[in-house]
Amino acid sequence: MSQTPLPLPQHLPKPSGFGRTNRTDVWWLQPIIVFIGLSTFVVYSTWAAFQGENYFFDGGGASYLSPFYSPVIFGSEGHPWFGGKPEIWPAWLPFSPALLILWAPGGFRFTCYYYRGAYYKAFMSDPTNCSVGEPRSCYRGENSLPLVLQNIHRYFMYIAVLFIGILAYDAWLGMWFQDASGVEHFGIGVGTIVLSINVVLLGGYTFGCHALRHIIGGRFKELTKHKAHKKAYECVSCLNKKHMLFAWMSLIWVGFTDLYVRLCSTGVWTDWRIF
Amino acid sequence: MAQVTFNIWRGEGNNGSFKEYTTEVSEGMVVLDAVHEIQIEQAPDLGVRWNCKAGKCGSCSAEINGMPKLMCMTRLSSLDLEKPVTVEPMKAFPLVKDLVTDVSWNYEAKMAIKPFKPRKPDAPDGTWRMAQEDVERAQEFRKCIECFLCQDVCHVLRDHHEHDKYIGPAMLVKAAAFEMHPLDVENRIPDLKNEHGIGFCNITKCCTKVCPEHITITDNAIIPLKESVVDEFYDPLTKLFRIFKSKK
Repeated sequence: MSQTPLPLPQHLPKPSGFGRTNRTDVWWLQPIIVFIGLSTFVVYSTWAAFQGENYFFDGGGASYLSPFYSPVIFGSEGHPWFGGKPEIWPAWLPFSPALLILWAPGGFRFTCYYYRGAYYKAFMSDPTNCSVGEPRSCYRGENSLPLVLQNIHRYFMYIAVLFIGILAYDAWLGMWFQDASGVEHFGIGVGTIVLSINVVLLGGYTFGCHALRHIIGGRFKELTKHKAHKKAYECVSCLNKKHMLFAWMSLIWVGFTDLYVRLCSTGVWTDWRIF
Repeated sequence: MAQVTFNIWRGEGNNGSFKEYTTEVSEGMVVLDAVHEIQIEQAPDLGVRWNCKAGKCGSCSAEINGMPKLMCMTRLSSLDLEKPVTVEPMKAFPLVKDLVTDVSWNYEAKMAIKPFKPRKPDAPDGTWRMAQEDVERAQEFRKCIECFLCQDVCHVLRDHHEHDKYIGPAMLVKAAAFEMHPLDVENRIPDLKNEHGIGFCNITKCCTKVCPEHITITDNAIIPLKESVVDEFYDPLTKLFRIFKSKK
């Protein structure tokens, strides 16, 4: 069947122009909050990633690893998989274990459907907010390069799911404290709670992903014929309804978790043992 | 009774301006009531399209204080009446007169979507069997009243006039209703990518925000369709998986 080409109506009203709107509410507030929130996170996480130290706290027998550095593939602190900085690492290139892994959660968030909508508004004014005029007349959307690359989101999601497992293991390790004789005892410190909340919030965000929702069940027209997929689809859909909330809470908390471990590691904060 | 000022767009085609009207309003009135008062008392030639006054026909779509809304469902008590209330026509479609726009483009765009194509009947008597739960997913989209507020607020149509490349959120909802129907066997995904411009949507969720029927347009219709496009065009692993599955 040949498709009817879409017609172009004649005499369309002229676009209103950048920032012009008859909205009477504080439409500019939301994009400003998003701009400040995301900018703050990007600046802090970049700074923290380049530090390359104080990402592991073992005071009082604890074992807290910053989520920005987990897993430690090569590094001097924590429990690196393959030892210290690799010999072949170029001398001119700054080294930090975080740089080897942060591209994955960073890419997951950058290509996330929620964040896309949020930063297109806050950073690109595309549009600044609903029914507010735009600065540009040219628009290509996610049809062509570079934004067509956003379609890679599901691959980042696969990696992000693996990271949830790793961070859950880190939270588990945070529940074991070594005494002076080297024997490990189960315990809970404030850091344990911080690491555990972090993995719960990141899990809520990752397992509510739109791409996961589609892959796990949304792609089936008759979902009732796939019982396990149906159950999983319902769980993901439930989290998906709160995707924006989890996106922000997990973003703030993952930054705070790094800060907590960093400040404990540098001795600024004391990690209180609850038991 | 209180006196309230309304700035109502008056004009035809590309010419027009806001004109100020003051009228008495009372408790329980909606914007459409006030517009009718003005039409009766001060401006009998004021063009306004309306029908059911119950938020079900989708005729009285307009922009109230800059946001696309149904005039019949916008209570005056929800607005700041200390300041003039602006009422203007939708901006994504050609203006006919005053508050009336020509929305016929939407019906032409709808014709471009491949129609529902059911699989062969499941029973010898020509009937089908399907689970209610499977149909429910698509039934959300059947709530659409074709008010076209989502089309109006979509910046791809409103600001960039990409009507010839992008069918807009309302039509993507139509496509999703077909695509997610358990009996449908048509493949609209290539059309959605190539002809209907689903890639133009940049997920601002404005369409969801203005929908008077509270259809979760972005999350439940557009994003699943975008993911189906990824399945077919941008995900080599899924393609490989399908090839191996079909060879079994």
